[in-house]
Amino acid sequence: MALLDLQHVTHRFEGLTAVSDFNLAVAPHELVGVIGPNGAGKTTVFNLITGVYRATEGSIRLEGRELVGQTPHRITASGIARTFQNIRLFRELSVLDNVRIAHYRQMAYSPAEALLHIGRFRAEEKRITLGALDLLSIFKLDDAANEKAKNLPYGLQRRLEIARALATGPKLLLLDEPAAGMNPNEILQLMDFIRWIRRTFDVTIILIEHQMRLVMGICERLVVLDFGATIAAGLPSEIRTNPKVMEAYLGEEAAS
Amino acid sequence: MIRAKTAYRTWRDRWRRLTARKYFWPAVLTAGLAFSIAADKYDFVDLYVQLIIIYVGINIILTVSLNLINGYMGEFSVGHAGFMAVGAYTASLLTVYAFPPGLQQLLFPLAVLAGGLAAALIGFLVAIPSFKTRGDYLAIVTLAFCMIVKSVLENIDAVGGPRGLLGMEKLTTLPWVFFWTALSVWVIRNLVYSNFGRGVLSVREDEIAADLMSVNTRQVKIIAFIVSSFFAGIAGGLFAHALQFINPRMFDIIKSTDVLIMVYLGGIASIAGSVIGAVIYTILLEILRPLGVWRMVFMPLLLVVLMIYRPRGIMGLRETRLFEPLSDLATITLWRQKKKEAPDGAP
Repeated sequence: MALLDLQHVTHRFEGLTAVSDFNLAVAPHELVGVIGPNGAGKTTVFNLITGVYRATEGSIRLEGRELVGQTPHRITASGIARTFQNIRLFRELSVLDNVRIAHYRQMAYSPAEALLHIGRFRAEEKRITLGALDLLSIFKLDDAANEKAKNLPYGLQRRLEIARALATGPKLLLLDEPAAGMNPNEILQLMDFIRWIRRTFDVTIILIEHQMRLVMGICERLVVLDFGATIAAGLPSEIRTNPKVMEAYLGEEAAS
Repeated sequence: MIRAKTAYRTWRDRWRRLTARKYFWPAVLTAGLAFSIAADKYDFVDLYVQLIIIYVGINIILTVSLNLINGYMGEFSVGHAGFMAVGAYTASLLTVYAFPPGLQQLLFPLAVLAGGLAAALIGFLVAIPSFKTRGDYLAIVTLAFCMIVKSVLENIDAVGGPRGLLGMEKLTTLPWVFFWTALSVWVIRNLVYSNFGRGVLSVREDEIAADLMSVNTRQVKIIAFIVSSFFAGIAGGLFAHALQFINPRMFDIIKSTDVLIMVYLGGIASIAGSVIGAVIYTILLEILRPLGVWRMVFMPLLLVVLMIYRPRGIMGLRETRLFEPLSDLATITLWRQKKKEAPDGAP
């Protein structure tokens, strides 16, 4: 059974159809890429999956459960985490707190226990703090645990965002342009890094990307969007030679 | 010069070690309570000074609770005076009409608590529509709320209408103010350093990202708002029984503005800042009393200068170690030590 199943998903903003009749089934442990030119509707697909937008039509299922109409925090709690195209860390908060916030749902004490710091509070706080520190140390961010997130260099902010997403305990990780602002050398490292994340955290990954080098290098399957419509889907080798894709990326004349 | 510096360092380290002791806060609180009881009983502190200390305490409660919304959560509420009014009237009606005369002193904490609970309930009702959508609606809703409370109170003859409510005994004593102030500071500090508090902070930083990190932002906002209005109600109950007279005009938007000034003077998102802001503002207002109407010119001017040179307030977004939970720091230290002992733990 597919882990995530999108069927006939359509989303309209007023008159504009941002995504139309989008279909995608992702099997557990797969690494799928969503590519397409600027404004093709890639990020909208992520916003639909995570519940930021509500799909106008169609269904989105995670392990058979319908996600359309659920609130974002519920969807995240049921196992989908994401990063953002333009980094959205909690900038004024410490690196540690960024990760601890992502443990929100895993904290088993009541508001009353939190107000009085009694009962399960201490043990739970300790458990979550240790877990967050362990995660940070895996990402080599533990030395910066008490720094404010905004003071980290760009590369580390990207890494922290992935760590934070993983702290929610996802089955499915959505990465929105993780290679933005990276040079070719860093992209090579990022490819290894993404493979390593999939192995270590046992997650399924959907990736939005512009950088063809990255997408072709690691994705097992690709979906190509243009003006909200799916123009191609298949193995990277098939996509590379697909005339429609070349047209969308390079323009009509160059493709012919 | 160098000697002064080393002296400063030694004293700072001594101070830090002292405050890190387990018995530091219990000792401070016991001393404070003992002093307030003694001052109340034997009147060795001038009555006027006592009243100012009472106002300082009430203002600390108001500031620290509003800071939860305006500082930690990054929303903008101007309705604190309204919640204060709810607390003040609820508590006063209880002590004046419901409680038997002989048991006033004994039942006073219940009256204050009832004031807080009434305000919390109203806060909950205000929070539901305000937090249904994202954005700046809270400022508008709370502004309207403040006006509604005032005009409702002015039009109910049973609570004195525009003339207000009289007949409260002077039940707000130093020990009670000390108790409620300490309680509100402690509870709000606890909330801030908890899962919900981090949720509150994440709402301020980036609400969409918070939602996508599994924070139930709506629930978090409503909890924070209930706690905040609860303590505003407590402050109202204490205020009514310190002044022994209340009327609807006392709780208009000017009162809310006073609290806002204290929050932004002391510093947003800071417990220490709230205390500092309330203390400075209250005492400054008293010192400037001879200036008469002119102090209403001076205070806004102070705020303008502050906003230019220190837009986040004296302690904006910072906290003294005093209010940070020791257990949290201990956990981090423990983890670091463990990692040092097993350096090959991480890949």
